[in-house]
Amino acid sequence: MEYIGEHLLPGKIGHFFAVLSLASSLVACLSYFKATNTKDPLEEKSWKKMARWAFGIDVLSVFSVLVTIIYIIGNRLFEYNFAWEHSSRALPLNYLLACIWEAQEGSFLLWTIWLCVLGGILIKKAGKWEAPVMTVMTFALFCVASMILGIYVFGHNIGINPFILLREKMTGAPIFQRGDYLSFPQMQDGQGLAALLQNYWMTIHPPILFLGFASTIVPFAYAIAGLWTKQYSGWTKVALPWTLFSACVLGTGIMMGAAWAYESLSFAGYWAWDPVENASLVPWLVMVAGLHTQVVYNATGHSLRATYFFMITQFILILYSTFLTRSGVLGDTSVHAFVDSGMNVQLALFVFVFLIPAYWLYISRYKQIPFIAKEEQTSSREFWMFIGSLVLFLSAMFIIISTSLPVINLFRKEKVSTSDDQAFSYNRVEIFIAILLGLFTAVTQFLRYKQTSGEYFKKLVLPTAVALVLSVLVSVFGGINYDKYGAGFMVAIHLAMFAGIYTVVANATYIYSGMRGKLKAAGASVAHVGFGLMLVGILFSSAKKEVLSYNTTGIMLNFDPEAKQNPMENITLLKGIRTDMGKYWATYIDGDSVDPRSKAEFFHVRMEKKDGTLNFDLYPSWLKSTKGQAQISANPDKYHFWNKDIFSYITASDNPSQRGEDTVQFKSNPVTIHDTVYYSKGYMVLDSVVFNPAKYHFGRGDTAFMAHLTVVSRDSMRYTASPVYYVKNNASEFINDTVFAQNLAVRFMGIADGHKVNIGIKESSTMTPFVALKVYEFPQINILWIGTILMIIGFIMSIIWRRRQTRLSRVEI
Amino acid sequence: MKKVQIIILAAIAISVAALISFMGNLSTYQTIASARQKPGKTVTIIAHMDKQQPMEYDPVKNPNYFSFYIKDTLGATAKVVYHFEKPYDLEKADQITLKGKMNGDVLEISERTGIQLKCPSKYKDDPNMAKKELTQN
Repeated sequence: MEYIGEHLLPGKIGHFFAVLSLASSLVACLSYFKATNTKDPLEEKSWKKMARWAFGIDVLSVFSVLVTIIYIIGNRLFEYNFAWEHSSRALPLNYLLACIWEAQEGSFLLWTIWLCVLGGILIKKAGKWEAPVMTVMTFALFCVASMILGIYVFGHNIGINPFILLREKMTGAPIFQRGDYLSFPQMQDGQGLAALLQNYWMTIHPPILFLGFASTIVPFAYAIAGLWTKQYSGWTKVALPWTLFSACVLGTGIMMGAAWAYESLSFAGYWAWDPVENASLVPWLVMVAGLHTQVVYNATGHSLRATYFFMITQFILILYSTFLTRSGVLGDTSVHAFVDSGMNVQLALFVFVFLIPAYWLYISRYKQIPFIAKEEQTSSREFWMFIGSLVLFLSAMFIIISTSLPVINLFRKEKVSTSDDQAFSYNRVEIFIAILLGLFTAVTQFLRYKQTSGEYFKKLVLPTAVALVLSVLVSVFGGINYDKYGAGFMVAIHLAMFAGIYTVVANATYIYSGMRGKLKAAGASVAHVGFGLMLVGILFSSAKKEVLSYNTTGIMLNFDPEAKQNPMENITLLKGIRTDMGKYWATYIDGDSVDPRSKAEFFHVRMEKKDGTLNFDLYPSWLKSTKGQAQISANPDKYHFWNKDIFSYITASDNPSQRGEDTVQFKSNPVTIHDTVYYSKGYMVLDSVVFNPAKYHFGRGDTAFMAHLTVVSRDSMRYTASPVYYVKNNASEFINDTVFAQNLAVRFMGIADGHKVNIGIKESSTMTPFVALKVYEFPQINILWIGTILMIIGFIMSIIWRRRQTRLSRVEI
Repeated sequence: MKKVQIIILAAIAISVAALISFMGNLSTYQTIASARQKPGKTVTIIAHMDKQQPMEYDPVKNPNYFSFYIKDTLGATAKVVYHFEKPYDLEKADQITLKGKMNGDVLEISERTGIQLKCPSKYKDDPNMAKKELTQN
């Protein structure tokens, strides 16, 4: 059949480059492999040249694919599935790129782009390590490129083609029976970016996270290169800035995700131990463990074997995370994982093609990896750094095994899942990890490599004393009495608080007492101070998190017999009625859509402190789905204080789209002035009818009437109602008025015969506007964010410092 | 034996202990019928919403009480009481994972994370929805 109006060329170009990138990465990989294995320098040079050319073509292809996709989305070519599914005409420009990584295939593309960028830098900088390191890089490029291939081989789907046409994907749909299907209304616009993702974090978090993901391959590739070329120890110094970079960027990406979750996804917090969060945290923990052993090796010659193990394992965990979050196995346990896209076998293979050769190489060459037979001194820095790395690694293992339950279930008869209190099942273990890590981080910097003499311990006395005093003060006056899980857990929280404060104080003093204020070299200390602050911030904000919206209204509490044992975190506010909310009075002022085109509906809630010292407003909102469904998601709002955040989100409201159609009809009552109309709870009197009321700005050509009614309820309360009837474009229009207290809506339905007017009355029990919402107080949340930023700064300082060191050492050679 | 080895062994022993205690706290996947045999124990049930039976949520009266009925693949039904707000897209989920304790015939859920919806439309678009849209004309 001839299809009219399709633009097939961009798709063909795009797919051509997708295939070309696969082919060229394979050529690059094989050439680099040859270049690594050959002994003849001339031959090596020519292989390398070929590899570089192939890599160049690969980079070009990958960027061409990206440009083609941007072209398709930018020109709204909705015949392409990608544009139709992920973009729409209304989408603001700044989300144009964001809808690329909303898609599974688009996020793979992002990954390849970063691999290309990193590969380009490595070619320039890696020197003699180029060939083996780039073999690994280009092999990864080959694997990731296969994810966006989208061809069928022996009935198996290899990758998802981002250039597939909508009619090729939805083959069954009847509209594609017509050649002119593009003129149909449903083809005029795309489905758009999910409303939840239309957030500025969406433009920045995925690229950073994927840069972190992509960069983890560099230390891995160096480790493999070391094992492969049997130059076991040469890479650890030159690769250290890369390890730092990777840990820095991945960490930043994770914390950006946490900030986004805190800000908008109504997780009610920044960390929920969701499998998707865990999947990126675990490789980071192992990476940080490897970073420390790498530093140890560079300084002392110990822990090289451990460094190899951590560097290989962290990257395998990255691949495993990719499998977990994209294969759909987490469907039951995570809210955020991708759904199954029929690529599970390919994703699993992606793990194994790296896992098997890497560990095989490691195990078979393990004996040849140099090590120092003499044991580290217990008083040495390297000993405790190694132990700290071990703790990091074991904690990562604990998290990943727990997260992998859905995978473990695949092989078990009796299926299991985490207990109903998922967060605590992690927290009760991780709190002890935090205590250990805090203590190690505080003390270890003061130790010397090889052996520490007594005078260095003396430097520890002051910070220890200060930290003890501070943390005792915090424990006594900080008001941390989180006893939900018993006294044992509370003691652990206080210990962890000490460990966190100790880390901050000890590392801050170390910059002066240990390094004499030599700030350039103090990256590690700064990062550790950041880590300590994060710990303190997490403990404060979680242990002292307070639910302000505990339901104390007393409305029908007997309704729920279990109410006493269960948290009552939602509170209902009726419009205009001041409601008791712990320390505050809360009033729901009104709900409004600020901009009619905007998909958000804002609810204005006024908070007044009971002692009268403070008033502020919260505007939590609802986002309506852009994807054509009557789907709603809550978007929280928070009010910042210097020392805490008040955080709220809507859980229910009388919003019409939520409660469905109101089927009650207006009952018509023809009346003249001073007549009485009865309703179930009282009566009302028509006082007057006004022509073209000034209140509504009707023009001279308009016809509008406003009726003034006095409503008298059975308990003699009086209310007024002023409904309006007007004619616009020959059609009758109404502005209803409501008496909320009586659940009454009044409509001026028109003029009846003679001098009568028609007053419509509707009584409905669901009419009182209300919102049910949750309000939390997160104290000291800022400490967490400041700590995060400090940690990032510390990483960057270290990268700069270590790069300078390697450059200097190269000059010395 | 070196002290590093001793520490590694001790650390592994501790982590195994942590894992075992973690495993001991796990809940098992059950059908509605088998969950009834384990009253008071935390169970995980995969089911879907039984739309034939009434759903009860009146936030004006109590925003922290939501009850509905579930049906599993074997056809058994049970009432669920969830002491939180009604999840937004419950009706649209084609599968619900519930974690709670059976109390008589009622599944009591007292953690907010005790209901998890398998809802392809959370971030990704719902393929059925797209199909539906293309079918109407």
